[in-house]
Amino acid sequence: MSQGLVSAAYIVAAVLFIMSLAGLSKQETAQRGCYFGMAGMAIALIATVLNPSTEGVIFIVVAMIVGGTIGYRLAKKVEMTEMPELVAILHSFVGLAAVLVGYNSYLDHGVLVGAMKNIHLVEVFIGVFIGAVTFTGSIVAFAKLRGLIDTKALMLPHRHKLNLAALIVSGYLMVSFVNADGSTTALMLMTLIAFAFGYHLVASIGGADMPVVVSMLNSYSGWAAAAAGFMLSNDLLIVTGALVGSSGAILSYIMCRAMNRSFISVIAGGFGTDVVATGDEEQGEHFTTSAVEVADLLTSAQRVIITPGYGMAVAQAQYPVSEITQKLRAKGIDVRFGIHPVAGRLPGHMNVLLAEAKVPYDIVLEMDEINDDFSDTDVVLVIGANDTVNPAAKEPGSPIAGMPILEVWHAKNVVVFKRGMATGYAGVQNPLFFKENTQMLFGDAKESVEQILKAL
Amino acid sequence: MIIGIPKESLAGETRVAATPQTVSQLIKLGFEVTVETGAGQAANFANQAYIDVGATIAADNVSALNNKIVLKVNSPTDGTSDSLDEIALLQDKSTVISFVWPAQNEQLMEKLSERDINVMAMDCVPRMSRSQSLDALSSMANIGGYRAVIEAAHEFGRFFTGQITAAGKVPPAKVLIIGAGVAGLSALGAAGSLGAIVRAFDTRPEVKEQINSMGAEFLELEFDEESGSGDGYAKVMSKEFIDAEMALFAEQAKDVDIIITTALIPGKPAPKLITKAMVDSMKPGSVIVDLAAANGGNCEYCVTGEKHITANGVKVLGYTDLPGRLPAQSSQLYGTNLVNLLKLLTPQKDGDITIDFDDEVVRGVTVVRDGEITWPAPPIQVSVAPQAKPVADVVVPEKQEMSKTVKYGLALAGLIGFGAIANYAPAEFLAHFTVFVLTCIIGYYVVWNVSHSLHTPLMSVTNAISGIIIVGALLQVGSDSVIVTLLAIVATLIATINIVGGFAVTQRMLKMFKK
Repeated sequence: MSQGLVSAAYIVAAVLFIMSLAGLSKQETAQRGCYFGMAGMAIALIATVLNPSTEGVIFIVVAMIVGGTIGYRLAKKVEMTEMPELVAILHSFVGLAAVLVGYNSYLDHGVLVGAMKNIHLVEVFIGVFIGAVTFTGSIVAFAKLRGLIDTKALMLPHRHKLNLAALIVSGYLMVSFVNADGSTTALMLMTLIAFAFGYHLVASIGGADMPVVVSMLNSYSGWAAAAAGFMLSNDLLIVTGALVGSSGAILSYIMCRAMNRSFISVIAGGFGTDVVATGDEEQGEHFTTSAVEVADLLTSAQRVIITPGYGMAVAQAQYPVSEITQKLRAKGIDVRFGIHPVAGRLPGHMNVLLAEAKVPYDIVLEMDEINDDFSDTDVVLVIGANDTVNPAAKEPGSPIAGMPILEVWHAKNVVVFKRGMATGYAGVQNPLFFKENTQMLFGDAKESVEQILKAL
Repeated sequence: MIIGIPKESLAGETRVAATPQTVSQLIKLGFEVTVETGAGQAANFANQAYIDVGATIAADNVSALNNKIVLKVNSPTDGTSDSLDEIALLQDKSTVISFVWPAQNEQLMEKLSERDINVMAMDCVPRMSRSQSLDALSSMANIGGYRAVIEAAHEFGRFFTGQITAAGKVPPAKVLIIGAGVAGLSALGAAGSLGAIVRAFDTRPEVKEQINSMGAEFLELEFDEESGSGDGYAKVMSKEFIDAEMALFAEQAKDVDIIITTALIPGKPAPKLITKAMVDSMKPGSVIVDLAAANGGNCEYCVTGEKHITANGVKVLGYTDLPGRLPAQSSQLYGTNLVNLLKLLTPQKDGDITIDFDDEVVRGVTVVRDGEITWPAPPIQVSVAPQAKPVADVVVPEKQEMSKTVKYGLALAGLIGFGAIANYAPAEFLAHFTVFVLTCIIGYYVVWNVSHSLHTPLMSVTNAISGIIIVGALLQVGSDSVIVTLLAIVATLIATINIVGGFAVTQRMLKMFKK
């Protein structure tokens, strides 16, 4: 295959990637988008392997078969509720690969002179830095989502100063690295600092903000690929990396807006921690109810909205929820779902789960689409959601003040499915539970929902 | 313990202290229930309905009152003015729960305390969020407010809702509601759903939001005075305030068709808010419903318990039995309030009550304990308004908007910095950089409109695509250095995991989305 053909293949692959992302912005074209992505990747890989300057094809094929098998099995085995973890750990692979490619490029590069050489060194340095941050950051995110480490935000003293120090030292190391025409010590030292930096960056973010973190790491992994593209002078890598990087950043930005957080402070890390959570004292009496009563309430209702949260995912309650939905719809009751942009631990997490349970997607609505409809609604079922329906967000001074929320309390009846009276991830007590029109149904969400299903 | 439900002896009383539904709840709490024959008749609950849920039927008043617990609507009668002496029929050490009105009925309280009994007054439930479920006054006020609108509609000669018909245009009725307590809010809800234009006035500014939330207009005075008394009820206002208020009512009276007054100050005669002059200025056929009639009425024309028609044809209704005009509903709500009180008294659900004076609610309700008057209970201060204040003091950190100078300054600095690098960097780097910048912009536009439900698939696809870093690794496998080759192979392996895993899981997800 000639060099020209390889370049042409890369261009085709880049176009396919763009079309893939464009396709994924709409439900109807999403499937096609995914195929475009696969096709682009296949073309890029084949072109690279057939490139006359590529050697050691045997090794490549073996490595790819092994890696492909592992990846495929992971993807098939994973529970839909564990999606966030999978995505997080996959990000760490990209980060690690970027570090390795960076080192390789430092150890073995073509003949470079003058400015080009310095630029190459800077590129290597930056590429390894981003890759390393992505690597440890993703691992921490994975561990937090898995519950392997405490999901609370790590609060080291002077944490902002520590971050700043890490950046300054890395900057200094970069200058000395370039001045010394490449110094393995400086590179290694920086890698270690970047590992620690990535760890600290994500560790200091509370579990509730993990959706944004995962999306942010996605963006970082893109920038890492772009940096690798610069050091290897490979336009395909640059295009793809920049595409992933900017789309991840936009996605994070959209989510930040949904949570009323500043985008800059998200990128800088540690953003979930500048507020002090107020105590979790109870604010009055709550009313409890039973599954049978809820079933009664549902059958006598005309309009029902279900607002699921992470608790539904944890309890795997999406299947019985879907069955209830079918039963009620068969009775002519209007059932819809209201999804908060940050419900769950991954953007769109709830949509994926509901889709898995075969809830038709045209009755699954976004917060903005459904918020005005609560006042006309007879019953709202809040299944395992807490902070996303917390009216405290409307009060200045609350730790979650200003966060847009599902205003469920405007409905005639609200039933909250919960295991106990504990606070949500934000650590803020929820006045919703003590409202007159709110009833609490305690217990495992799945069991509760199944009991209701039986009583219907 | 056995609960007795006697038939109400008060003339004209249609309510009953337990319905079949509440009886079944009482039985669940471990009690036995006996209902006097015909007790539920006026509210359309037959004896058989009580038997069906497990109650027994008591043949007469005596056997219904002779029980450990007696639930009533009206307080037991004391034998004066020809009535039966129900107090004498009560068992020693028994507990009676009913409306008592201790402030107005000193004599009755004396009589009650002569017996060795406990008396709980459903009109003395403290106003706390915890005790709302047993607040019988609110239940009755809610029904009274609704019924007031129905009575007004019955007397009013026209539609409530505005219509344009083939026979001409009908203007909507205008309803003024004075006092936005439970009864007032209920009335404005009912009047609003009949289609009337509803206005409401209350001396407590904090209820404005509640009034607006019911779709009514809140009439405001240009006046500054605190009027909550801290216990959730209104208090007496200053003279200047009342003058301003009266001027407002006088002006409104000329305009509205229906006035419903609900202004009550606990333990005091109802304030006279609607003067004779105001009523005389109203249009003939207008209706005034005075919910404060039992305490003398808010309207000067009001005759307690009766309908009065003024010389200019305004009907003033002073009915005091509005809740009793919806007997089934009133009995159901009152009965449920009683069940909730008994729930509080029987924490073990074993049908045995304990009167715990450490519980503020129980303390407030109990007006006689073991033959001793324990009324009034020490005050509990609870109100929404004062609590709201400390919240407002919290300083909300303002988001700092970047000033224009800083923005332009940064942009300029960026341009200069980029210029400096570009001046130094070779053309090849700049070519790559062009590609980079353009792609960032493409990425922005492509992703900006992504539908929310696709965030996760989008992220996992971009994740798979970022595995393109494999290309870098592939190019390095053929290196002369063994270390580089090894590292490149490792990088290839993990990048492949990412690519295959990412695409496969996206496929799985997308397959699940279906209409």
